[in-house]
Amino acid sequence: MKNSREFQNFYFENDVVRQVVIALPRHKVAHFTLNVYDNMAEGEEPMVVDGGNGDRSDWQGQWDHVKKFLERAGPFTHPDFEPSTESLQFLMDTCKILVIGAGGLGCELLKDLALSGFRHIHVVDMDTIDISNLNRQFLFRPKDVGRPKAEVAADFVNDRVLGCNVVPHFKKIQDLDESFYRQFHIVVCGLDSVVARRWMNGMLLSLLIYEDGVLDPSSIIPLIDGGTEGFKGNARVILPGMTACIDCTLELYPPQINFPMCTIASMPRLPEHCVEYVRILLWPKEKPFGDGEALDGDDPKHIQWVYQKSLDRAAEFSITGVTYRLTQGVVKRIIPAVASTNAVIAAACATEVFKIATSAYVPLNNYMVFNDVDGLYTYTFEAERKENCSACSQVPQDLQFLPSAKLQEVLDYLTENASLQMKSPAITTTLDGKNKTLYLQTVASIEERTRPNLSKTLKELGLVDGQELAVADVTTPQTVLFKLNFIS
Amino acid sequence: RQRTMTDHKTSKEQKYDRQLRLWGDHGQEGLENAHVCLINATATGTEILKNLVLPGIGAFTIVDGHKVSGEDVGNNFFLTSSSIGKNRAQAATELLQELNSDVSGNFVEESPDKLLDNDPEFFHRFSLVIGVQLPESTCLRLGSVLWDAGVPFLVCRTYGLIGYMRLIVKEHTVIESHPDNALEDLRLDQPFTELKHHIESYDLDSMEKKDHSHTPWIIVVAKYLEKWYSEHNSQLPKNYKEKEAFRQLIREGILTNENGTPEDEENFEEAIKNVNTALNPTKVPSATEDIFNAEQCENITSQSPSFWVMAHGVRDFVRNEGNGKLPVRGTIPDMIADSDKFIKLQNVYRDKAMKDAAVVSKHVEALLQSFGKPPESISEQEIKLFCKNAAFLRVVRCRSLAEEYSMDTFNKDEITSCMDSADSEMVLYLMLRSVNRFYQQHSRYPGVYNYQVEEDINKLKLCVNSLLQEYSLNVNVKDDYIHEFCRYGAAEPHTVAAFLGGSAAQEAIKIITHQFVPFNNTFLYNAMSQTSATFQL
Repeated sequence: MKNSREFQNFYFENDVVRQVVIALPRHKVAHFTLNVYDNMAEGEEPMVVDGGNGDRSDWQGQWDHVKKFLERAGPFTHPDFEPSTESLQFLMDTCKILVIGAGGLGCELLKDLALSGFRHIHVVDMDTIDISNLNRQFLFRPKDVGRPKAEVAADFVNDRVLGCNVVPHFKKIQDLDESFYRQFHIVVCGLDSVVARRWMNGMLLSLLIYEDGVLDPSSIIPLIDGGTEGFKGNARVILPGMTACIDCTLELYPPQINFPMCTIASMPRLPEHCVEYVRILLWPKEKPFGDGEALDGDDPKHIQWVYQKSLDRAAEFSITGVTYRLTQGVVKRIIPAVASTNAVIAAACATEVFKIATSAYVPLNNYMVFNDVDGLYTYTFEAERKENCSACSQVPQDLQFLPSAKLQEVLDYLTENASLQMKSPAITTTLDGKNKTLYLQTVASIEERTRPNLSKTLKELGLVDGQELAVADVTTPQTVLFKLNFIS
Repeated sequence: RQRTMTDHKTSKEQKYDRQLRLWGDHGQEGLENAHVCLINATATGTEILKNLVLPGIGAFTIVDGHKVSGEDVGNNFFLTSSSIGKNRAQAATELLQELNSDVSGNFVEESPDKLLDNDPEFFHRFSLVIGVQLPESTCLRLGSVLWDAGVPFLVCRTYGLIGYMRLIVKEHTVIESHPDNALEDLRLDQPFTELKHHIESYDLDSMEKKDHSHTPWIIVVAKYLEKWYSEHNSQLPKNYKEKEAFRQLIREGILTNENGTPEDEENFEEAIKNVNTALNPTKVPSATEDIFNAEQCENITSQSPSFWVMAHGVRDFVRNEGNGKLPVRGTIPDMIADSDKFIKLQNVYRDKAMKDAAVVSKHVEALLQSFGKPPESISEQEIKLFCKNAAFLRVVRCRSLAEEYSMDTFNKDEITSCMDSADSEMVLYLMLRSVNRFYQQHSRYPGVYNYQVEEDINKLKLCVNSLLQEYSLNVNVKDDYIHEFCRYGAAEPHTVAAFLGGSAAQEAIKIITHQFVPFNNTFLYNAMSQTSATFQL
């Protein structure tokens, strides 16, 4: 290999290890070397790429556009960049990219990566195709409705871009483990859920190795994250453990605002209030489609029922503006989406993947927002790490409470604090040398058993100053440790 | 048959649901009636069209005289290796058409220059022409034809890690600009009669607690404003200190329990929080004022587009019945209140908005009649929409390419002042102009083959210098940029093409639907730094 710092092969427990130079903000760290194990997830077959590096699938000029950036020196490249023909071989033969989500951003990302020279791409998505995806998820056709997104997307790209090998996983991200995630050089997220983003962020953080409190840079898998809503979007680059992570900037995702129950129940003013009344209060009461039939936003019969009842409710209060479209929007919490914004954000993300994988340029540092409602506007800034981030800081988390505070208050704090925003935290601790669940919501029988604890004070529960509480939540694959500090 | 039509409509509604929530059924209708012309089906071109075909544009026509090369297939998702050697317009049309059966795809196997030679009127039929990776000479020729024909023209170019767009449209009017943070139109500083009466119908002092704490904050502010006026010479609270004092006045109105501690009255908290919004003085925004003063608004003719006829109608209203104010918008934000009080208040604003729009209608009608046009040539609904958006109207006027290029009219100030900072995106514009100059002289772009890079750096530098000299631009272009542009070798990397593909498609949708505001007039994207800038050139 040509450059020891850039791409170096050596052997470690029979695994090929690749080194990729990552450019970092100049004022922070000039650069560091990232070792990424090219190891297979257990039980997985090694990937075979059609034609490998030449012959059948390639043709004259195929990579001419990409090569100019890899085989030529330039004034704006990363300081460690060395032009060579091997960079393209690295992209095509070795570099493994994971795309999370095969929706609006995911479809674009797969195309963008495949046409940038990447061939070993995995994609994870738990969803199946809905007709409302077709206005932007361009790898899907009406005949594909109902089929798994990951599989249809992978087939389409593999078929269109010869030599590309996209491997689909029709799964939840939570159903794949560390050994799966560890095999990738770079992860790109195209998700519409903050919880899933945080989980992915937490997973990559859990793969970090610290020796004597010092981060081993070779354990870092860069995370490129994109998000869109209507005509707005953002793209960001995260080097887990080194630059601001998803949880460092949780305040950027404002918690979802729900209408107060008293508004819904007794003083509606907006058409949305009427729909929420039907969804939350009337549906469970009237059970229009039988006992146990949950409201399905994709079932037109269900939406039709909610729509009619919402109209009745609105008429009762002289509220106007309930439509079928609005009803569906409220029930499914629909976020508007167009092809164009997804194309822009995915493209920016894919450019960053290319920069990191090739060190052809210094990557984005580290956050770009985009809005094209009024003209075209972008803003690029450096999101800062949060010193005591509960996900990435390695700083023990303190909880300050009076001994007379009730467990419910601790629970509320975990869900409502802007920098924690947990969803259904499960709290356990060690009492008298035994593991004890103080509260757990996700299993009905345990919830019932532990519910009385919520109205007990911390003191009554036998907790002491300095007590360690382990909190598990859907927002992270790891439990978060908190130290309880009694204030007086 | 009826049934199939309905089914088709529903499935369309489902398919386009996520975008209908952004531009509505009328925006979609505009899109479905549009016919867009794309010149050159390069990666940038097909990415733009993909993002127009997916949301269901009516028709597209690709004009391209090139044969598909191996290089073309490498960066373009809508060409395959089996199309190498075939005409590029035809090959791309097939794969783009396949994306959406609602769209009609057409192609012309001809170069734009040939068409301009033989049949320049060919381009008149389109709602918008998008020119991609065009040589400068073609761009200027086509620009002049389209300018004269009044057809909007969007020029797009991916050059290495740089994206460039130029919009050329003489006049583009927008009724629905959908501003992100619109100010409310509450008229609390100048309440209309019906609102005054409604406020008078409340007596906070004699209210039961339940009613008191469910009175909309608009009423609360209005009531305490009356009190404030009586103590302050009928002057609004102006500065921070006065507004603080006004907030305190409202705070003192919160009911107290028998121990003297304040009750929990969320509506009062909302009133305090909204003092700034509430006291925002009612006035005609300057953008709307400019529209009223525009020549097109002044001199209405039988040829005037309905936008200007309605603008004139609203202006008549402002200058007469409106006493200097726009028609009332008729919407209020949600707030703590019981249903009855909220709906009644909402109806006060709504009814007034209807009344105002009806008055505007009369003005419009009179105007139309004076040209012998039937009053129904502008619908009641259009006028209502116009009145509701009167504070957000926008007109975009782009300069022509001829103006941008002419020694007498080029925007020297903008270029020079931007170039004060050496890494302004303006340098990318100057580099693109220099690269065009290089192409004119050498009939090829710099650095296409590896062996050319070194020697082309000097040649390109000569082009930069001659450009700056010709325009008497006393600015410094760093050698690094010259080197970098040679390195690009006119490459069109897919991710930069895709970024532009998304951006350009959205601008096209703005032009077609007359919703949201297009950029004016030059956009530059730097993928190296993920930054961008817009200039008026």
